[in-house]
Amino acid sequence: MRAVCACLIGWGMLAAPFAVAQGGSLTLPRTVEAGSAFSVPSSGSGKATLYIVGLGQVLKRDVEMGQAISFPLGTLYSAGHYITVLVKDSSPAESGSFDVIPAAKPADVTFLARPSRLPVGLHGGITGAGYVFDTYRNLITAPTQVTFELSSPKGANQTRTVETRYGAAWTEMDSTPQQGTDKFVARVGDVSSMRIIGQVPGDPCSLKMSARPAGEQIQVQTEPVRDCSGNAVPDGTIVTFTETYDGGESTVDVPLKRGIAEVKMPARPGAKLSVASGVVLGNEIRWEK
Amino acid sequence: MVFRSLFMMCTVLAAMPALCAAQADVRVEPTHLQGPRALQEQTQSAAVRDYLKAWQTLGTAMDRDDAGLLDQDFVGTARDKLAETVQQQAALGIHTRYQDKSHDIKIVFYSPEGLSLELTDDVQYEVQMLDHDKVQTTQQVHAHYIVVLTPAEVRWRVRVFQALFE
Repeated sequence: MRAVCACLIGWGMLAAPFAVAQGGSLTLPRTVEAGSAFSVPSSGSGKATLYIVGLGQVLKRDVEMGQAISFPLGTLYSAGHYITVLVKDSSPAESGSFDVIPAAKPADVTFLARPSRLPVGLHGGITGAGYVFDTYRNLITAPTQVTFELSSPKGANQTRTVETRYGAAWTEMDSTPQQGTDKFVARVGDVSSMRIIGQVPGDPCSLKMSARPAGEQIQVQTEPVRDCSGNAVPDGTIVTFTETYDGGESTVDVPLKRGIAEVKMPARPGAKLSVASGVVLGNEIRWEK
Repeated sequence: MVFRSLFMMCTVLAAMPALCAAQADVRVEPTHLQGPRALQEQTQSAAVRDYLKAWQTLGTAMDRDDAGLLDQDFVGTARDKLAETVQQQAALGIHTRYQDKSHDIKIVFYSPEGLSLELTDDVQYEVQMLDHDKVQTTQQVHAHYIVVLTPAEVRWRVRVFQALFE
């Protein structure tokens, strides 16, 4: 009875017998679920050697023909195609084959997410791909639902559920408007894998500067520089001040410090002062003093 | 002079079947990718080239029972599983000879960040199993493989290598 149950658990729906000369035969399953217990009934008599050979595993068993050959739980666990050979003294070897299929229950998601850091408010800026594996590290190729979730500390969530094809699923997400550290999760049932995505302020949205005399020079200074979502642009971002005067031009690159950029430039009556950062141009000031 | 040329041509033609026997027929089907990332022709060629080379490597590793050979073309799960098989073979005194005969390859997925590429291969190969150098069986196998490759420094390496039941 136990052997019969093991057969039912481990076998696929169809079985293909192959015969051994001089009164022996095995009835092989067409498929076995990875890691499951199963047994192979045999007929005939005498001793034989059974080989099960695949790229994922190799087994060799001395068997007694006429008895069921039992394979306990976890014996054959690597998914793939296996050939079998039954060798019996003074008989030609008999061959067959069957497949080991991945276990149905997901046990792991390999999650590839990019980038680890990006500007806020970027449409489709975050991508993730997941591969679903069983407990024996076999790729589960049956269609499986994978849920991707991007959540920010302020509670904003984006969720997509995608069905795997050939064991893989992918998605695109938008980066959120607020800077901070988001969690990007791929989930299959109760199995999940998480990546951290840092969202940093984008490029400056606008630039505004003011100028005032500072002795023989002009002190130019921006207002606090922010991106289009209102996040402070990080210190170190380069702001370029340009002074254009009679036939000449001088340029100074200044990193943002505590959210603003400031520098002293020579005071030249009639000079035109401008400010820019990246592709954003700020206001212009004509210095008349 | 003419005779010598004819002789040389015949020699080359006579040698061709032996050369062809070692070389698998390869067909790469047009790609119908899922995913937003376009696959450049050079990337596809490199991935297919490295995958086919991986078959040669696994054939040698299984024949010699030398798992160290796998490192050049396999990584992660595929490498671990094949290495385990090599160790099992060595422990049992078995070795196997795999000779791929033909490949029908289709690239099915290129992940958006470019860190993995998935292909299917309708492959035909011959496997010969020897127990203590006695040939126990030689079988022709027609199987459908699913393969995931990931980029290494200068090449693609096989990370998942698994036959599919159809």
